Amino acid sequence: MNLDFSDDQKFLQDEAKKFFDKEGGLSNARSVMDNSLEGDKELWQKIVELGWTGIRIPEAYQGLGLGHLELCVIAEELGRSLAPVPFSSSVYFFTEALIKYGSEEIKSELLPNLVSGQVVGTYGIAEDMHQATESNLSVSLASDKINGIKIAVPDAGMASHMIVVVKSSAGTDLRLVDLDDASVTVTQQKNLDTSRAFFKVEFKDTPSKLIGESGNGWTYIQHLLDQAAVLFAFEQVGGSQAALDMAKAYSLERFAFGRQIGSYQAIKHKLADMYIAVTLAKSNCYYGAWALSSESAELPLAAATARVSATKAFQLCSKENIQTHGGNGFTWEYDCHLFYKRSKVLSVLLGSEAAWKEKLVTNLEKTNTLAKG
Amino acid sequence: MDFNDTPDQAKFRAKCREWLEANAELKESKGSGHADSSLEDHLKVAKAWQQKKYEAGWAMLHWPKEYGGIEASPIERIIWGQEEAKFNVPGGIFEIGLGMCGPVMMQYASEEQKDRYLAPMAEGKEIWCQLFSEPAAGSDVAGLRSKAEKDGDDWIINGQKVWTSGAHYSDFGILVVRHDPDVAKHKGLTFFFVDMKSPGITVKPIKQITGQAGTGAGFNEVYFDNVRIPDSQRLGEIGDGWKVAITTLMNERLAVGDARGSDIEEALILSKTKDDAGEALIKNDSVRERLADWFCQANGLKYTKFRTISALSKGEAPGPEASITKIVSANKLQEIGNFGIDSGDMAGMLIDENEGVSSFQGAWLGAPGLRIAGGTDEILRNVIAERVLGLPQDPRADKGLAFKDIPTKA
Repeated sequence: MNLDFSDDQKFLQDEAKKFFDKEGGLSNARSVMDNSLEGDKELWQKIVELGWTGIRIPEAYQGLGLGHLELCVIAEELGRSLAPVPFSSSVYFFTEALIKYGSEEIKSELLPNLVSGQVVGTYGIAEDMHQATESNLSVSLASDKINGIKIAVPDAGMASHMIVVVKSSAGTDLRLVDLDDASVTVTQQKNLDTSRAFFKVEFKDTPSKLIGESGNGWTYIQHLLDQAAVLFAFEQVGGSQAALDMAKAYSLERFAFGRQIGSYQAIKHKLADMYIAVTLAKSNCYYGAWALSSESAELPLAAATARVSATKAFQLCSKENIQTHGGNGFTWEYDCHLFYKRSKVLSVLLGSEAAWKEKLVTNLEKTNTLAKG
Repeated sequence: MDFNDTPDQAKFRAKCREWLEANAELKESKGSGHADSSLEDHLKVAKAWQQKKYEAGWAMLHWPKEYGGIEASPIERIIWGQEEAKFNVPGGIFEIGLGMCGPVMMQYASEEQKDRYLAPMAEGKEIWCQLFSEPAAGSDVAGLRSKAEKDGDDWIINGQKVWTSGAHYSDFGILVVRHDPDVAKHKGLTFFFVDMKSPGITVKPIKQITGQAGTGAGFNEVYFDNVRIPDSQRLGEIGDGWKVAITTLMNERLAVGDARGSDIEEALILSKTKDDAGEALIKNDSVRERLADWFCQANGLKYTKFRTISALSKGEAPGPEASITKIVSANKLQEIGNFGIDSGDMAGMLIDENEGVSSFQGAWLGAPGLRIAGGTDEILRNVIAERVLGLPQDPRADKGLAFKDIPTKA
């Protein structure tokens, strides 16, 4: 039994942790928030220089040719430090889509540039404020040109390219778009967590290239979402642990009625419940990491389980961190709200908790026997 | 990342498996076991199985070689446990002796006593129990009040113990009592072992909310009325009782506290079952949401256990993650039991005339006990907060007071 990361992967995680600490930890997210930026471009550049955008890209395309487990450990540290960079959009989603479904021509053109940072990718699914389904998509395709509007597109301000889910004559297609094309209008949208930027992206006869086979887009998207859910879950666990650590530190330092508040059971039990939620989520993430890295048929179930569990953990830890801080937790000055807001963004960014629970149970229904622990 | 044994572990597993196959029957279905037999028959079968294991060297894997063990590593104990669990063999009777009483005897008893007691314990000829909890000392077990008074070379014990598993069939027990009420709570305790057949000991089974009493490894009250224990049966120094008790409880903590009973698997099967109108509960959104929650918990616990095993497998000390197991599993059991009963709708309260209490009803009845036994939910949250997260101890109103001055009522 070896449900653990390798020494090399742990070393990489440790390096990532040190890197984010050295670069200022949470102050980067705060700076993006305070200045309404599209993201932290300097931090992103340093991440590119470390080679992390090329972790999964094969060596033939100048990447590091490593596996998903290396991404998992970095994701946890991105989550812990709430790094305000387009890593998830570009690496978990865009790059994976190209590796998995891109033509040789597209891969040769874009993968080396994703490694070097000249290309940053994102993706667009949502078109309205309800769950996107294959039947309610309206962004449309006609002779390789797309028309319509995607909303809540993460990181489109820093991205050069985008994968767009569109309605085609064959059903649903994934189309690759150059965001620098004059036919594309990118407008930043207001959102709850201004340490991350979201955009409305409008296409008017925008030229696009097919990714994978026409008509298979919805299947591709489900698989990409499953993969990304595991990596997002690691980010959520990293954030949960950081919020729990922050609550713990405050409960040791704050006195009330002549004692540390961390000596009262009301606070101790709250923090114990946070620890329980983080531990369950982390173990579910390990299961997800195993399914992701071994390309198991269990990935849809494992991803949904990791996703639901980590969403619950981060939401619990971030809200109870504020509660532990009392009035201070409600101020802009304390960092509690950074976790609270990021936990909400991460909880909806890939689809709501309810939608993922539905996926989880749909996959359970297909399972006849559950392996016993 | 994988779920495979190392070559050494695979070899050990094959060895376990080979012996088990030659000496026991594989379980045919989940429910099969010895549950329906009388206590006497169950003890007979259990003792015979223990004897067989002892002769082949499987009885007390982790014990030192000088006491007949093989000094197995934690991972080997887990592998043996996983394999033995697949066979239709009795269990539960000797765990307290081998897990808690044996190690404490090894550490504190005289050479002569070790020679006398350890082998029969390992062979299953003599059964041991643990006498710690009292009516007024549960979570605060150091507040126990049973008295020990010195009389020549003997001690005279008076008082009552409670929730003693297996006291009704045990030959010996380990016991903590108060020899000095004039000093602070933890300082006035002394540890002994006692012959359960001593004059003055009365064992009374506790009737639990399940209606069961004295069945299987049931619980008992144990009364001590002028029970005489020779000073030679003292384990540790006078006044060191708490220290010895803590060592014992540390040994107990190696056991994994999974609440057994109906789990997500049974809940899922039940949910998929169609009623007369062809409807299944799984179509109900509130049921779907709960199934998702239970699966996240069950799966989270399963892989938490796998992480612990992975650490042990590499010879590393596992992290504190296993501390969440009992609190999560006992609460989940209660919810799933409740769900199973609700599935019967207006008639959910009925007990089947032929089948008896269903596994869901049994889970619902038993879960309140599991949320208390071995550390209540509340004590376990304190343990996580203090030992895992490093938060300060609760303020203690009895700190620095002589035991006799500690308040006991408003």
